[in-house]
Amino acid sequence: MAQTSASKTHVVMRVNGDPIEVLVDPADTVLDVLRNQLNMTGTKEGCSTGDCGACSVTVDGRLVCSCLMLGVEANGKSIGTIEGLAAGDSLHPLQQKFLEHAALQCGICTPGVLVAAKALLEKNPDPSETEVRYWLAGNLCRCTGYDKIIRAVMDAAAEMRGAKVRA
Amino acid sequence: MRYEAPETAERAAQLLAGEAGIARVLAGGTDLLVQMRTDVISPDLVVDIKKIGEVRAIKEEAGGFRVGAGVTGAELKEHAKLRATWPGIVEAANLIGSTQVQGRATLGGNLCNASPAADSVPALIAAGARATIAGPNGRREIPVEDVVTGVRKLSLGKGEFVTSFLLPPKGAGQGDAYLRFIPRTEMDIAVVGCGVALALDASGTCTSARLSLGAVAERALLVADAAKALIGSKVDAAAIDKAAAAASAACRPIDDKRGTKEFRIKIAGVLARRTIENALARAQGKTVKGLY
Repeated sequence: MAQTSASKTHVVMRVNGDPIEVLVDPADTVLDVLRNQLNMTGTKEGCSTGDCGACSVTVDGRLVCSCLMLGVEANGKSIGTIEGLAAGDSLHPLQQKFLEHAALQCGICTPGVLVAAKALLEKNPDPSETEVRYWLAGNLCRCTGYDKIIRAVMDAAAEMRGAKVRA
Repeated sequence: MRYEAPETAERAAQLLAGEAGIARVLAGGTDLLVQMRTDVISPDLVVDIKKIGEVRAIKEEAGGFRVGAGVTGAELKEHAKLRATWPGIVEAANLIGSTQVQGRATLGGNLCNASPAADSVPALIAAGARATIAGPNGRREIPVEDVVTGVRKLSLGKGEFVTSFLLPPKGAGQGDAYLRFIPRTEMDIAVVGCGVALALDASGTCTSARLSLGAVAERALLVADAAKALIGSKVDAAAIDKAAAAASAACRPIDDKRGTKEFRIKIAGVLARRTIENALARAQGKTVKGLY
């Protein structure tokens, strides 16, 4: 934002489970804080107006655009970003399926799509293709034509359900 | 820019009233942050009202519901009883934006952003919802249709903001619905929107009706002539024709990239007809091919 603020606000939050304390400019968004202060650049800036979904994160489990939320609003909240998907070197099933299905090309939309898809599967482990398409309607991709993304999400969902049954 | 997140409506009103510069209320932020980003407004003070308990709550009250102005679309959808009672309001709110936007966008914000095309507003007006307003001189309650006076204009005084909505009781024989026209199936802004709520007696005669249109005037319209056409009828084809004609006649739209005046006037009639049919089906206890 073009504005500047005289004083910064102390914000305590969790990011992917880790406790974080940061001094936040009240005019900065959660996206600004993640990328510019915490150096977590996995979350991408696309349109900055809530249309493209590239900046998707979860806040207390709820999928939101981090460009549409002030950093100061994150005080006391738990933020989930793309950096929280993989467990060390072990990719999340969604990430693995995106590779297998070649569900990305330039990759700018991918972190947002993955975070959004993970939020969907946590809520609905067995979505129909229509449900996946509507859920991801706010994640714009200008490369893939979406089909591979949808197939990867459906395949990951099936695998995760299978893993659950086996467990 | 200063940011404040008070925990009472009284404190929020005090902060808003006391600001000499530009003060803005922050609910979900899906409109405010875009306006700040694009330098449409540069507030000196932003008052986040989401720490105020009543702003974030859904409660049963007076046989109906009190819904906080800061309740999100996603939360409305997850409230099974509210969705079953006022499906038109919930389906209207759920049409706003993407999943991500639904996680933040609120009923209060949709109303007070004062866009003529706001989806939830015709549904709230049709339902006869009332807005509770807190301000430096205490509280007042007004019909939702009296909150917005024009494009980006509200009837609220300095320091006043909407804390919650009171949705009236709704029982057997009553139905509500909302439909909008957009050129695709999601993620767009209404070319025309229509909300209808109606009630039938045991014989199937319409005893009350309210029809509201969005995106066809400087603010959402309550079309009294459409209601008149339905009340006392069996909501048969002739009555629906009359109501649809009244809806078209009430429009005073603009031409813009989403549609011409002529198109909006015609579509208002078509949508009025279909929305009445959906509200009627729900009043008769049927499930309609809507969202709920």
